[in-house]
Amino acid sequence: MHRDVMRGRFKAATPYLLVAPATTLLCVLFLIPLLQTIALAFRANGAFSFANFATMAGDINFNDAMINTFEVVLLAVPLQVALALGMAMMLRHLKHGRDIVIWIWSIPLGISDLAAGLVWLAILTDHGYLNTILYRLGIIGGPRSWLTYETPTTLLIAIVVEEVWRATAIVLVILAAGVQLVPKEYAEAADVFGASPWQRFTRVMLPLLRPSIQTALILRTVLAFEMFATVMALGGRNFPVLMSQTFNAQYAQQDYGTAAAYAVLIMALSIGATLVYLRLLRTPPEQLP
Amino acid sequence: MFLGAAVTLLAGAAAFPQPADADTVFLSTQLRPIEEAQKMRDVILKDYQGKVTYVPEQPAQLPIRLRAEQEGGTHTISLIGALHGELEPLVTLHALVPLDALAASLADRGIPASLMTLGRLGTPHQMYIPWMQATYFMVANKKALPYLPQGANLDALTYQQLAEWAAAIDAKTGQRVLGFPAGPQGLMHRFIEGFLYPSFTGGLVTTFRSPAAVAMWAQFAAMWKDVNPNSTRYGFMQEPLLSGDVWIAFDHVARLLDALRQKPDEFVAFPAPAGPKGRGYMPVLAGLAIAKDAPDPNGAESLIKYLTLPATQIATEKAVGFFPVVKAAPPAELDPGVKLAAAAIAATENAKDALPALLPVGLGTHGGEFDKVMIDTFQLIVLRHEKPEAALAREAPILQKVLDEAKAPCWAPDPPSAGACQVK
Repeated sequence: MHRDVMRGRFKAATPYLLVAPATTLLCVLFLIPLLQTIALAFRANGAFSFANFATMAGDINFNDAMINTFEVVLLAVPLQVALALGMAMMLRHLKHGRDIVIWIWSIPLGISDLAAGLVWLAILTDHGYLNTILYRLGIIGGPRSWLTYETPTTLLIAIVVEEVWRATAIVLVILAAGVQLVPKEYAEAADVFGASPWQRFTRVMLPLLRPSIQTALILRTVLAFEMFATVMALGGRNFPVLMSQTFNAQYAQQDYGTAAAYAVLIMALSIGATLVYLRLLRTPPEQLP
Repeated sequence: MFLGAAVTLLAGAAAFPQPADADTVFLSTQLRPIEEAQKMRDVILKDYQGKVTYVPEQPAQLPIRLRAEQEGGTHTISLIGALHGELEPLVTLHALVPLDALAASLADRGIPASLMTLGRLGTPHQMYIPWMQATYFMVANKKALPYLPQGANLDALTYQQLAEWAAAIDAKTGQRVLGFPAGPQGLMHRFIEGFLYPSFTGGLVTTFRSPAAVAMWAQFAAMWKDVNPNSTRYGFMQEPLLSGDVWIAFDHVARLLDALRQKPDEFVAFPAPAGPKGRGYMPVLAGLAIAKDAPDPNGAESLIKYLTLPATQIATEKAVGFFPVVKAAPPAELDPGVKLAAAAIAATENAKDALPALLPVGLGTHGGEFDKVMIDTFQLIVLRHEKPEAALAREAPILQKVLDEAKAPCWAPDPPSAGACQVK
């Protein structure tokens, strides 16, 4: 009897024991530094203060960094989701070689951010591949700059295109998995009632994909707020974003308080975006597949 | 309390390989990487008659280590090799001995007077002997030379002539081929601090928002229309020089040398231009000083004499790429690119209007914020076309705050100050 109680208790504790190492590690390596960063951001001269945030907002590049970050997020993330949705739909109709196509489409995922930025830099620089091709075709007469402070529009387009190229695959992987979970019977039922392909997509597939789209949006948006290496490679000083401002404050100016303030701002934006997605794309329990 | 603990700790840790009795300990913040330190031991010190223990040390540790020796009472270090800015705080620590007699005996070395004056560190005595140097200068592709303004001499160029030169190339070829290292990895702030400001205003901090500075920024912003717009991406100017995107460029010697080495026949090297107040330039100068209560002051003196011999200076140049401070004829087998660089450095410091401006001194951890003020000012005026008066009025209080927090007194070419340097 006594032994059974012990065994029962041990059984109940097992899951907790198993998750304990990972939880402890995350607390030590993530939660504590996070709290320290928040504390650092709100302190100046040993007292509670908003001085670091004032320094941050007073920086001559702060407004540009905010605008640039939001421009890229608002342009790149919807594009990525739309593209990935289309790609996931096309994948459904492949009978053979589906895995190989997914594999090829996710190649950019395997490349580091900085390397991806450098690849695009090689394409778009003055003597890069794009200008070489345009010159051979007779469209331009000599080297043209696309990435300078004098050409902010093409610089923004270049960064958005590069982000789309690099990170659409992660959205695709999430959505393709979601599409596989949707039972074929729903589409067949819609067919029976005479739905057009577009109606089947918007009325059946999209609502059922909602949880996957939510996950993909949260993941991509949070990562887009943190974009750094690719933007540094293509834009450098010409395209400040929140993360590059953080980096400069931390390493170039060694102003740790302001760097922490930037980090807190980026975290707040990420949490805000996540909450918006959770609210807007909520799936009522009765609709869960 | 914390510092005391650190000092005690370091005194304990100071038990680095103890030299044999006869060795002269040479502590250096320069030539620290293993390859360079090995070259120091095996090549540069090869012909020295005497035993030397060469000990590389982090710059930040230098004053801590000397204080530890002072307080602990055991002295091991005889000779100190470090940058000008690293030696300066040692004067206030009373860790150096004056070297006036030694300086007099080295008169035949031909060390430029401007460098010897720096070696006084603002005192009446010679506190260190110049050892080796580097600086910034300009490199031009020979394709650009036909467009030089009439009567312009490369070794005595002015900012006005540089602007005319770039404008002439732009007008005739449609290319903007003047380049500056204004990218995130570039050293544009050093150009502003050590070259532009001293040349136009004769100072840096005190004259930050003077009428001369306003005129300077207006002139520089006007010149920028002929500057390659990719400049805000450039880090090391040797790359656009080699690719042909840029024909005329300013940078640190270490960031130009590859271009000169790879294509010595295509490039010329020359001093940075002069403004109304002279040819401002930023020497990167390392010096040799003797520690107070050194266990082997005679060994240290003879080591200084050896290291400033023309032959040793050439050996140093060949081995580690630092340039001589003494008059030394470059040997025939010296790399032609290195020769070009050496000639440009010599032309810079021997220019009649040379105006040495030091690396910011005494800013400690605020150095990055100081540089940011310079780059922000550049960005506001040159890239965003703000009125110089407005931008300088915005940045001046920020600059003052940095100096106040660091409690940094003025450094050359600003006149010495009692407290923190003041923006006038």
